[in-house]
Amino acid sequence: MPRKTMIEAIRDGLDVMMERDKRVVVYGEDVGYFGGVFRCTAGLQAKYGKERCFDAPINESGIVGTAIGMAAYGLRPCVEIQFADYMYPAYDQLTQEASRLRYRSAGDFTCPLVVRMPTGGGIFGGQTHSQSPEALFTHVAGLKVVVPSNPVDAKGLLIAAIEDPDPVIILEPKRLYNGPFDGHHDRPVTSWSKHELGEVPDGHYVVPLGKALIRRPGAAVTVLAYGTMVHVALAAAEETGIDAEVIDLRTLVPLDLDTIVESVKKTGRCVVIHEATMTSGYGAELVTLVQENCFYHLEAPVARVAGWDTPYPHAQEWDYFPGPARVGRALIETMEA
Amino acid sequence: MANSAPLKFHVPEPEVRPGGTPDFSNVVIPEAGSVERPPVDAEPESIRKLAFSIIRVLNRDGEAVGPWAGSLTDEELTAGLRHMMTLRAFDARMQMAQRQGKTSFYMQHLGEEAVSTAFRKALAKGDMNFPTYRQAGLLIADGYPMVDMMNQIFSNERDPLRGRQLPVMYSSREHGFFTISGNLATQFVQAVGWAMASAISKDTRIAAAWIGDGSTAESDFHSALVFASTYKAPIILNVVNNQWAISTFQGIARGGSGTFAARGIGFGIPSLRVDGNDFLAVHAVAKWAAERARSNLGPTLIEYVTYRAGAHSTSDDPSAYRPKTESDAWPLGDPILRLKNHLILRGIWSDERHKQAEAEVMDSVIAAQKEAEGHGTLHSGGKPSVRDIFEGLYEEMPPHLRRQRQQAGV
Ligand SMILES: Cc1ncc(C[n+]2csc(CCOP(=O)(O)OP(=O)(O)O)c2C)c(N)n1
Ligand SMILES: [Mg+2]
Repeated sequence: MPRKTMIEAIRDGLDVMMERDKRVVVYGEDVGYFGGVFRCTAGLQAKYGKERCFDAPINESGIVGTAIGMAAYGLRPCVEIQFADYMYPAYDQLTQEASRLRYRSAGDFTCPLVVRMPTGGGIFGGQTHSQSPEALFTHVAGLKVVVPSNPVDAKGLLIAAIEDPDPVIILEPKRLYNGPFDGHHDRPVTSWSKHELGEVPDGHYVVPLGKALIRRPGAAVTVLAYGTMVHVALAAAEETGIDAEVIDLRTLVPLDLDTIVESVKKTGRCVVIHEATMTSGYGAELVTLVQENCFYHLEAPVARVAGWDTPYPHAQEWDYFPGPARVGRALIETMEA
Repeated sequence: MANSAPLKFHVPEPEVRPGGTPDFSNVVIPEAGSVERPPVDAEPESIRKLAFSIIRVLNRDGEAVGPWAGSLTDEELTAGLRHMMTLRAFDARMQMAQRQGKTSFYMQHLGEEAVSTAFRKALAKGDMNFPTYRQAGLLIADGYPMVDMMNQIFSNERDPLRGRQLPVMYSSREHGFFTISGNLATQFVQAVGWAMASAISKDTRIAAAWIGDGSTAESDFHSALVFASTYKAPIILNVVNNQWAISTFQGIARGGSGTFAARGIGFGIPSLRVDGNDFLAVHAVAKWAAERARSNLGPTLIEYVTYRAGAHSTSDDPSAYRPKTESDAWPLGDPILRLKNHLILRGIWSDERHKQAEAEVMDSVIAAQKEAEGHGTLHSGGKPSVRDIFEGLYEEMPPHLRRQRQQAGV
């Protein structure tokens, strides 16, 4: 099977769904003729026409607002926000509207909407092309939140999201678009063509929302990660020689608590990592859940590694990004605690 | 139900795509000098047609003609030419520096040099611009040191912004240049707030807001217009219509409104369109608007009709979405060439002096670059401190950041 990048996998997922379901429409800034600044929608306008894949005005609130209207009508819009850093104008529409149509109308109206947005750092994008705002979505009742870490999941989760009857936000780690990235920025980049998770099945398949996956089984400590940080965690385990069990959460809401609890009860230790800023980050939720569910099995405090509580700097990118060294230190400390 | 024919979904398309022949026949270009110059206190109602025409001063032969001519002296004009040439040389060098890996990213102004350089000269010291990433001419025309711009671009040890910002996102209060945000349109409405504050404070300073054609689609643009209109804020609302927003042609943001200037009409804001590649016209219109703002006549909206001759940024390749030769077909020409021809006709410039000036300008840019590179580039040499990640977020660093800074080992 020819291997695909995450970009190609996402494009393939959109293609499969546009082919199967005439209700699927795709739009966003530069998404139509050009195919998106990351090329995730390249070729879709040529294949399905301007009515189903088109350029939007630069107005994120309008993109999401119209998509909500379309979803309520009965279409299956899958829109792109060019960078997660630009979703804020759409935040009102997402948090006050998309999330609540079903609830406030007692099911009279629903919102089967997908919003994709590239997230995270690692590309010297500075403070407005590097953000990880997942916690701003997980905090909102009524939204589902997905963060894939590889091409196979990116396609399967995307298809699941499009078929889901409720609004789903997909944060796509842009540093993973072309290859797995473990935080070692000074080493040659690897591509998905050299990674087994680049082996994306053809056609329709689903990676169900709400199911985590153990990427590396281990006995010593559980690492909870998602997106780019999954690869960082694997590298840290490798480099410290600590037998970590690395769980790729894949979906933050709904969360696969069972897999987490089972693992932590087994290992007795847990490290939670994300790229987003620390304070009130999604890690705080994870730590709380572990504490609530596994307290009597814990042999060490649950540790957190996250981005510093500052905007994402440009020049000091690698002093900001929580790479394998920082994660490795947390693993060692947790083992020694 | 009289009409039950199926509805149609309309998506605007540019005239031409790659492979086609560039065609700007839809851009109606009035004769230079043909558009009236109303008094600054003209009723907005009475000058609506200025939103649908194009004010031009330089004609095909390089003469300055019509009621908008004559706002600049010989010295000011030669200085203006030099500013545009400097900006172009600066762009060329920084574009190359990015290609050489000395920085991560760059955005050039190719073809749009007249807009910001001419505009700056219509403002006074103390006035505040709220620019986008494509108005570095405001700094250059105001004498901001090129070395400091480059230090910012290289994120080096002398970067005035301490490595925190993406290249070209300059900031200089002293030079009337508000700190640039990467989030489009957000600052357009902040500029109105600055202008309102000036009026509240019975100050004499005015503000200038800047936005691209594509970004006028953002809600913040419309927020700015309603506040400016309601409070008659002393502001110039600048829309730089360079025809493209990355790969998206201006028709997607403009929709059915005819022109971007026409957006102002519904708000009762005097709205003018000007040839953005005509240094004299840009200056004259900006001066007219500045006078209105300073005389308590309120906001003016100006649409600069120009063309983004280069790529959107160093991350972009326009040949994927527009014909390669489209830039050559652009009917308003090259702003530098047009001013040069005018100065020659005026008898104060020559091809020879131009060549010489070109060399001088390039020398000064190269000298600045050498100096800046001496302080480091993105991946080598002097760097801003890791402490700069944590400092300056709050006036006083809170304990949690102090703890994190410690964890970072600095
Ligand atoms: C809120 C927001 N949405 C999207 C972007 C991504 N983006 C950066 S520049 C750009 C195009 C802007 O075009 P225009 O306003 O015409 O300005 P120009 O680049 O042509 O000067 C886009 C979509 C952004 N920076 N901010
Ligand atoms: Mg533009």
